[in-house]
Amino acid sequence: MSTTPDINVERDVGDFHYETDYEFDAGVGLNEKTIDYIVDVKGEDDWVREFRKKALKIFQDKPNPTHWASKDIENINYDNIRYYLSKGQRPSRSWDEVPDDVKETFERLGIPEKERAFLAGVEAQFDSEASYSNMKEELAKEGVIFVGSTEGLKEHPEIFKKFFGKVIPTGDNKFSALNSAVFSGGSFIYIPPGVKVKQPLQAYFRINAENFGQFERTLIIADEGAEVTYMEGCTAPKFETTTLHSAVVELVALKGAKIQYITVQNWSANVFNMVTKRGLAMDDAEIKWIDCNIGSRLTMKYPGVIMRGPGARGEVLSIALAHDGQHQDTGSKMIHAADNTTSNIISKSISIGEGRSTYRGVVSIPRQLKGCKNNTECDALLINTNSRTDTYPAITVKGNQSTVQHEASVSKVSAEQIFYMMQRGLPEGDAMSLAVNGFVNDLIREFPMEYSVELKRLIDLEMEGSVG
Amino acid sequence: MSDTLVLSHPSLDDPKVFSVHQEQTGIEEEWFKSAQQEAWDRYTELPYPVRTNEKWRFANVKHFTNTGSYRTAAQADEDTAHLVEESHRLDKVAGRIILADDALAAPVELDEDLRKKGVIFMPLFDAIRKHPELVREYFMKQSPELGSEKFEALHLALLRNGVFLYVPDNLEIEAPFMAYNWAVADKAALFPHTLFVTGTNAKASLVEFQEAAHKETEHFIIANAHLYAGDGAKPSHTIVQNWNAKTLSFQLNTNNAQRDTNAKSTLINVGSSHARQEVHGKIFGSGSNVEMYALNVPTGSQEIDQRTLQTHIAPNSRSDLLFKNALIDQSRTIFSGLIIVEENAQQTDAYQTNNNLMLSPDAEANSLPGLEIKANDVKCSHGATTGNMDDAEMFYFLARGIPKKKAIELMVFGYFEEIIGKLDNEQLANYVRELVQHKFTD
Repeated sequence: MSTTPDINVERDVGDFHYETDYEFDAGVGLNEKTIDYIVDVKGEDDWVREFRKKALKIFQDKPNPTHWASKDIENINYDNIRYYLSKGQRPSRSWDEVPDDVKETFERLGIPEKERAFLAGVEAQFDSEASYSNMKEELAKEGVIFVGSTEGLKEHPEIFKKFFGKVIPTGDNKFSALNSAVFSGGSFIYIPPGVKVKQPLQAYFRINAENFGQFERTLIIADEGAEVTYMEGCTAPKFETTTLHSAVVELVALKGAKIQYITVQNWSANVFNMVTKRGLAMDDAEIKWIDCNIGSRLTMKYPGVIMRGPGARGEVLSIALAHDGQHQDTGSKMIHAADNTTSNIISKSISIGEGRSTYRGVVSIPRQLKGCKNNTECDALLINTNSRTDTYPAITVKGNQSTVQHEASVSKVSAEQIFYMMQRGLPEGDAMSLAVNGFVNDLIREFPMEYSVELKRLIDLEMEGSVG
Repeated sequence: MSDTLVLSHPSLDDPKVFSVHQEQTGIEEEWFKSAQQEAWDRYTELPYPVRTNEKWRFANVKHFTNTGSYRTAAQADEDTAHLVEESHRLDKVAGRIILADDALAAPVELDEDLRKKGVIFMPLFDAIRKHPELVREYFMKQSPELGSEKFEALHLALLRNGVFLYVPDNLEIEAPFMAYNWAVADKAALFPHTLFVTGTNAKASLVEFQEAAHKETEHFIIANAHLYAGDGAKPSHTIVQNWNAKTLSFQLNTNNAQRDTNAKSTLINVGSSHARQEVHGKIFGSGSNVEMYALNVPTGSQEIDQRTLQTHIAPNSRSDLLFKNALIDQSRTIFSGLIIVEENAQQTDAYQTNNNLMLSPDAEANSLPGLEIKANDVKCSHGATTGNMDDAEMFYFLARGIPKKKAIELMVFGYFEEIIGKLDNEQLANYVRELVQHKFTD
């Protein structure tokens, strides 16, 4: 095969920026005053203020985890970041009421159109707050709650307070502490017992401002036997300076419930994406993370499932695409805490140019349990000679009644494959795209239709010009 | 313990331990003395490992930080003749060195014909005196780089003998060379060192037995073994670690392969209360095949903590690692392996497999199989499995009237045959089978 020159990435889908006047701005840097400002603007209770301040202390005390993680996180300058920016705290219920400059952004990203087509509810977050939030009426009648984090804690404390910060404690890691200190936006969702939401709920996260940090907080509770699919997308314009996105997402699936959480992350290549995502699955419940990482400068994200009840199931399907200057450090954490729990991790990564993709995983069966099973498969595809991939799993098994298997492989697109396709008249670039699409195809099929089409198109774009 | 013993065999936390050691070794070569001095300084400066260090993840570090009461150079007062008697594990050998508490216990045996052909097989300190250039070229030139730097420094500072084997170019030797290391005196800190060099197109195998004279004595052992395979060489190195159950042991090894080599190293682990082992296979040349195997049968509260690296520096080579554990009682294992393929090492084939057979509800296996790939035209894979006996296989045994206990034993044998079959000496293979069986009957 011929040598592969640099690729020009097409990433212009989200790369645009509108000048926006913000009514509320907590300024640059982070201290107790920043937190007071956020709490006052949002009109939050005192317990939230205390919760945030305690988290700030933990964040400040915790060192960067560079003993295992990329040194690049030392380049995040917390004093240069704006922690809260909004035009107001109440999201509009109809697109007509959304301010024009914000609406224009979401229209360009096609959100209202998608909502009409196939979504049960949409929340659109612009920097710190949701500017639009709406859900189909019949869902509200069934008792489904789909609101922002501020509203969730204020209007429905009896539901959300019980699990808020319980799946991911503030001190879990430096970035969960940071999020706990300054969180704003995100979704709080409650699905009542037995309610099966057929169409997905969607959140769209948009960073518009420069030097901005987005810290949304999501908590989804599926009560006994309930089912829900949640999708999130994210984009930002490309600035010269770094932007920080640090979300915390907690899922709770009570007995027999099912939650599917789908992410298509396409941040611009100046965004540090440090996200903590974890689900708690009770008896016979199922939590499935479908995670696709295409954008950002450095992503560190390891969606996890704690299988607390017997028969619970956890699954992570992950696709990562790392381009020049990108490091996709993704993986999964599966904690088996009850008998007969099963988990499955399938991870596929593609490294292009000098891109680096890393799989980091934890599978733990820490006590003597019966009938636990885990299957992990990590496959990495390297496109160019200077592409890089790493795999760092950690597996702990106690006792003799559980089974764990882990497999990983690294390969490149075979010269035979490309030759075969070119023989049949395909240009080399198309052949490459086909081969790469073939590599991820069985995973992409797990995504909802609309997403899988978009993903395939994104991968086509990314691969364009990767061979010459 | 008498006062004179305390004076001449200071404990590791005695400030005079190093100066007493230097007086006792009697070695005069300046380069070696200063290497030991520098190592001692390094040892005193380096911190003890902590568990937050990735290289010590899952490890019980406290066992290795409490070693001050062990005595260096604690030489056996007792007669070691019976140990020499016992040092006959294999019949047909090319040579034999027996060390008890790091001191020569019997005259070195070496086939006369091989001696004439230029084979050097002697205690390390004799080699330092007689072949200084050759020893210097290889001695401590490579390090496992896997976390035990402090203990490696202590090993170098206080080592007082070892085994040196040099096989000259184009010489092929079938019979194995034998090295026996016996731990005898209670509370002895020992630092066995092995340097095994094979010249261009040479072929040889070295088998080491590590054993204790008594069951109840306590030992702290930091062993090092370095294998250097010249172009086209075919060395095989086997260590049968069978220290007693009260021994804390380190085994810090490197396997260094030049072009077109076939290098094999095998670790058989049955002994020690806690064994920390580091093996770094480095491939400097193309066309090489480096194999690393381990068979581990921990019982009781034994812990075996193994860290491995396979570093591919040159293109077009192959490495294969297979570490198999069968865990009994409350035993614990850690396998942390990493394959590194450097930028220039295109066309690398590298494999790494860790299997854990869980035979008790209280056993715990930790597995960290890692890859770091910086070249794209490679075939790399790793696999780790942890599980119990296959139910269908067990049913097959039971249906034929074989009792469950016997069935487990037979299945463990089948499981380990994959490693035992790699040993090229049938007598050694049988001996290892016996050792495994003993672990079940004890």
